[in-house]
Parts: sequence; C-alpha cells; structure tokens
Amino acid sequence: MATPEVTGRFDRSALVGAVKAFDWRAYVIYIAFVVVFAVFAITLHDEGFLTENNLLNIGRQTATIAVMAVAMTFVIGAAQIDLSIGATAGLASVTAAMAIAEWGIGAGILVGLGTGLLVGSVNGALVAGFAIPSFLVTLGMLGIAHGTAQWITDSAPQPILDDTYNNPFGSGDLGPVPSLVIWVVAIVVIGHIVLRKTSYGRRVLATGGNTVAARFSGVNTRLITFLTLAIMGLVAGLAGMLYAGRLHSGRFQWGEGDELSVIAAVILGGTSLFGGRATVIGSLFGALMIGLINNGLILMGLDFSQQEIIRGVIIVLAVALARRK
Amino acid sequence: MRGISKSFSSIRVLDDVDFELEEGEIHALAGGNGAGKSTLMKILVGVYTLDEGAFEVDGQRVDFHTIQDAREAGVGMVFQEFSLVPTLTVAQNVFLTRESHGRTGLIDDRDSVRRTRELFHTMEVDVDPRRPLDELPTAHWQLTEIAKALSQNARVLIMDEPTTALARTETVQLFSLMRRLQEQGISIVYISHRMGEIFEICDRITVLRDGRRVLTEELAKLTMAQVIDQIVGRKLEHAMEWKEHSVPIDAEVLLDVRELVSGTMIRGIDLKLRAGEILGLAGLMGSGRSELVRAIFGIDPVTSGEIVVRGRRVSLAGPQDAIAVGIAMIPEDRRAQGLVLDHSIRDNFLLPILGRLSHGGFVDDRKGNRLAESFVQRLTIRMRSIDNPIRLLSGGNQQKVVIAKWLGTEPQILIMDEPTAGVDIGTKGEIVNMIRAFAEAGHGVVIISSELPELLAVSDRVLILRDGRVANELDRRQISTEEELHHAVQAVS
Repeated sequence: MATPEVTGRFDRSALVGAVKAFDWRAYVIYIAFVVVFAVFAITLHDEGFLTENNLLNIGRQTATIAVMAVAMTFVIGAAQIDLSIGATAGLASVTAAMAIAEWGIGAGILVGLGTGLLVGSVNGALVAGFAIPSFLVTLGMLGIAHGTAQWITDSAPQPILDDTYNNPFGSGDLGPVPSLVIWVVAIVVIGHIVLRKTSYGRRVLATGGNTVAARFSGVNTRLITFLTLAIMGLVAGLAGMLYAGRLHSGRFQWGEGDELSVIAAVILGGTSLFGGRATVIGSLFGALMIGLINNGLILMGLDFSQQEIIRGVIIVLAVALARRK
Repeated sequence: MRGISKSFSSIRVLDDVDFELEEGEIHALAGGNGAGKSTLMKILVGVYTLDEGAFEVDGQRVDFHTIQDAREAGVGMVFQEFSLVPTLTVAQNVFLTRESHGRTGLIDDRDSVRRTRELFHTMEVDVDPRRPLDELPTAHWQLTEIAKALSQNARVLIMDEPTTALARTETVQLFSLMRRLQEQGISIVYISHRMGEIFEICDRITVLRDGRRVLTEELAKLTMAQVIDQIVGRKLEHAMEWKEHSVPIDAEVLLDVRELVSGTMIRGIDLKLRAGEILGLAGLMGSGRSELVRAIFGIDPVTSGEIVVRGRRVSLAGPQDAIAVGIAMIPEDRRAQGLVLDHSIRDNFLLPILGRLSHGGFVDDRKGNRLAESFVQRLTIRMRSIDNPIRLLSGGNQQKVVIAKWLGTEPQILIMDEPTAGVDIGTKGEIVNMIRAFAEAGHGVVIISSELPELLAVSDRVLILRDGRVANELDRRQISTEEELHHAVQAVS
C-alpha cells in the first residue's frame, strides 16, 4: 500500500502498476476483434472489405450464430451444453415453412417457435428431471431433430413464397438496416439485461458456478437448468426461421454444424466452459469474430479447406490467450 | 529452517521465521488464519521457493525448488485437501507415477498391492489396497495419503488439519498411528486449530502470528490459555466459556420436529426448539447429525413424520421452501456447499435473497450493494471490496460471508453445521458471540459441532444422536465438564 510521497507529481510506478493490474485477458476478444478487423481493412481494402455492402453481409451471415450464441451463453453459464441447436434450427425451418404453406404466416411463426420450444423443453426435462448429462441428451437430440426434419420433408426443400414472411425474418431491410441485424441487436440487448440485471441471470450463474451451493441457497437449480435449455431450443427455433426467411425456404440442412460455431463464439467471448462466468456482449463479439474471419478468408481467395485450417488456428489461439492463470 | 522470509506482491507473508524439527518429534504449528503456517510448510515441501533464509536437513544445507527435491530429502506432506484420485484404487494411488513394472514393461498392479499391504502392515492399520478410494470413508483416504508419503521414504510428515473430517474414534486411531511413526524416528509437523488435540499429541509447539514466530516451547511447560493468548496476540474475551443468557428462553416453540424419518440415516427423531434457545446436536460421524438438519432444511426428502414451524405444519420440497418459512442453514462444507468461490462477495451474499430484492425480475442493485456493505461491516469481514471474488478471502472471512448471507435472509431459525471448522481461534470467538446475539434477539439456533468445548460454550441443551435416533438429551446444567459430554457422545458411562 505505497502512497506517493510527493503529491501532484507524475507517479510513474503507479501508472506501471495500473497497466500491470489491467486484466487484459478479460478483453482479449475485443482486442482480437479490433486487430483482425484492422488487418483485414488494410490488406483487403482493394477486395472491398470495407464497403458498406460487405460489412452488412458479415452482419447477415453472422446473425443466426449470434442469436443462438446469446442463448448458449446462458446454457454454458449454467454449466450445461446444447449440441442439438443446429439440427433444431433446421427442423424449425421446415416445420415453419410447411405450416406457412398449409395455414399461413401466423401459424407458421407459432409452429416454428413451438418446434424449437418443444425440442428445448424435452432436452431440459431430461437433463433436469432425470439428471442425464446434457452432452448426451442433446447429442441424441441432434440426431432425432435432424432425422425428423429430413424424414417429414423427404429431404426436399420447402419453399416459402410469401414475402410478408421472408422480409421481416431475414430477407428485407428496415430503412438501411437489414432485418437480421435488428433481430441480433434485440436479442443481444434482452440477453445482456437478463443476464446482468435480473434474478434469473444471477441464479443461472450461481447454478453454473456451484450447483450445490446454489441449491443450498434456495435456488431451484433444476428449474433453472430446465429453463436455460428450453429457452435455448426456442431461440434455436427462431434462428431456423431466420434461415428460412433469408433463404426463402425451409431445409433440413439449414443450421447443420452451427452448434460448433456457436459454442466457439461463446467461449471466444469469455464465457467459462465450466459455468459460473458468462458474458452476452462477449458472445456477440465472438460470433462477429467468426463471421469476420470467414468473410476475410473468402475475400483473400482461399479455398474452403484453407479457410477451415486458419479458422481453427485463430480460435485456438484466442482461447489460449484468454485463459485465466 | 532459519530466517525464512517470503513476500507475495510486496506483502511480506513470512518475516525472519526460524523453525526446528527434531528427529522423532511431533511438533505443532499453530497460528491464526493468514499467520503464515501454510506458506512456511509450502516452502518446506518445495511448492514455494524462499526469498531469504536457508534450511538444513540433517545438518546439510538444502535448497528445494520443486516438490521432487523435497521428496528426495524425505519431506512428505499429507494435504488438507486430499491429493488423491477417487476413481483409482488405494494401491494405485499410493504408487501413482511410481508404478511397479513387470518384465513385460506393463504395470504390475499385484506388486503395488503387495507393497501397499506391507506399508499398512507396518502402520498397523487395516485398509484393503484393492478397493477404489471413492468406496472408502475419509479416514481411509488419510491413511492412504500417509502410506503414500511413507512409500517415498518420508522422514518428515506434514499434516495440515488432519482431523477435520474425522470422528473422534478415527482421530484416536490416527493419533496412535502418529505415535507409532514417531517411535520409528519419523518427525511430524502437526498443523491444527484444535488446541485439545495439540496438547494431546504434540511434544512441542511453534506459534506464528502475522508472519513472525512468537513462541516455540515444549507443550508440557504451557497451558492452553497461554498458547491461545500467543495465537490471538491479545487476551481472548473468554468466548469459549459458558455465559448465561441475558434474555431468558421464551415459551414459544419455533421448531417442532415429530418422529422424523428420512432416508436410511434418520429413523424417528423428535426435537423442540424454543425462541431464544440454542440447541446443540452431538454425535459421532454417521450418527445422523448432518442428515437431520438436511431434512429440516428440505434438502433430503422426509419419509414420514412432521416438521412444524411456529405452530404450522410445513412440507418442504427444497431449501427455497425452508427459507420461505424462516429457516436458514450454514452448511458443513463452505467451499462445496456454502459459496460460489469464483463469484464476488456481494453476489454470494445476495444469492438467497435475490427474490426479495427483485422487482418484476430485475434486481435492485443499489439496495443489494447497501445491504452487502452493511453486513460486511457488522460482521467485520476483512476484504478490499465486495466486488472481489470470494476465493481470495481467508477461511475465517469466507465463513463470515456464509453467516452474513444467511443472516441476510432474516431467519427465525438458524441451523449451523460445524460453523467454526477450519476457522482461526479469534474468528471462532466472534462467531460464538454472533450465535449468542442471534439467540438473544428471540430466535432459535440448532448447532452441530464436533468441537465439544464450543458446543458446551453456547448450547442450552444438547441432543446426542446415535444411529439416527436421539440417544440422550442433556440440559446445560447437567453437564459440568467436557469429559462428561464426551462420554455421553461415545456412549460409555
């Protein structure tokens, strides 16, 4: 506890101390985001990286990942995992498309969200009610949802011709802003406030941080576990509907493999894989980072296999840097 | 060890400390939380390197940089948090990383089992080396730790709070083992907060306070009061002596438990707790003490019987229901059950009262901060900021946060399961005073403690449990000495 002897003089050691005390590991994702963005902005300037159109494209392509990453932040924060979200999104895209063709938009929205909620609730009930690890439950559910989506459509795409659905769910713009970006902003804001400012958010983190202590403190940890997984399903359903709106059809392949991108985004963002520490804003930047890298690598003219390698290296590197001592 | 100093980020944790250990002696190391005991021992086993000073083993100057260096010089540690792998067998744990290999180069488990059995034979204890550890009681874990150290030819054993998880009979067995080891010329450093045990087993004592050595003396020349004075550095205000209530016990029955059966451990228990009363629960490990309070707090389901709180029969589906009717429980294990160690002091404090502090699901942060600050001051919790993670606090201060957290729920009935375990003697006194103040405000307390002096200091009545039933009920006035209570618990007359 050294206090400077001469006040008013520039205290160099205090500044050095402050710099050392600054926990830069907590901000790795933001620093990395800025660095990668700057590098691409300079090196890919001629390829049109900084054009408004390209930046909005990054936003569009990242939207579904970002939306699911918000809900996944709660799931991982509660020390659970959900591997079924990609398949759930695909299933919701086809059920929504089929319901729109059969009964119209209103029914389509309800069926799409309902599909996600149903899948999530089954996951949540099995994990919370029967204490089966979420890794196993959702791994099984991945197959069930994917297979169901393929089966009920005979593997055929389900076109959505009604643009009153397509526009708000991903194809259209509101003024200059793509509707997908509006969805992302809305979900991120809600997610951030719920995590930081509500008793539900605190209980999720307590459940993930130490389930026994949370239960002993009167937290209904099983209900919390159920809710995080049910809401995850609901949001995955919404993501599936955004795929359907953007691509004017429901298809069982939509969302395939997204679970890995979403989990990577959340962990990149600084949420602890073991639960108890989570950040929604970090997850958003994690998702944007993945979108940014994908976009930049395409503009560089790399082929798909090279993209995969570089993406993998960057993710491992960022997580390693963000690791706590 | 001579003139040992050690600093962490400019805070001097050890300041010019000397420590000598003779061959075949049991040497107590005592001091409050943060006095530097653990740091000193970690230097001795090579976990930390020292800043200043030197130490010698058998007159040879040595310099430990790693745990392996210390091990080769014959220093072994029996860790407080056991360093064992629960899914492996006893023998596999003892010879972990030093497995015997057969002619084929594969691990020869049979040889490890045989050698482990020999070790246990010389220790004169009976443990099956082939059983996986997670099937065995904690006492056997400790024996495995000791066998592991001995298998490395350790001549110095460091035991840090070895009896915390042990019942009295197991402690007695551990002590006789320690004496046998002593006869074989093995020296033991014994770290404990329990004065009774130190006087029972140790030859000499060294007391550290604020990183300095304040006393090294043969225990035969000291009284317990002298040692305690040295540890706390001031006269303890006789917290551990019985005090009459300034407010008499009320007639109102706060908690009435009738013929409670729960699981296989609780087989029909009656219990009454009045306003202003402190009820002690005593019994050996496995007698059902912890299981009884778990059922009362709604953690374990009630099979049959009734729990009546202030005249109203309640059915508790979980701790949240118990909290709602005004029951709070300070659990046995603060790290595993009491706290989310990674979270801040404030978040831990607020966890049980989030519902009360929320409007439409939103937490009132300003009110929460104010409340947390006021409790931190009331209980004199030493910390830099309520935003700091709780794992940075000392054991005693962590326990105070657990207590604050539960007092924050404004309970009528406070259940405490081993509230002073692993807490230094100064904090113990503060906790005892807190319990008294809480009862005198017209509330009821149920306290479990294996430390009988503490139980005697606060309890108006003591229930002695055996095999899930109440074996005996003693009024405070019926017990005149610790020995009597001891005999009642051990069921010898």
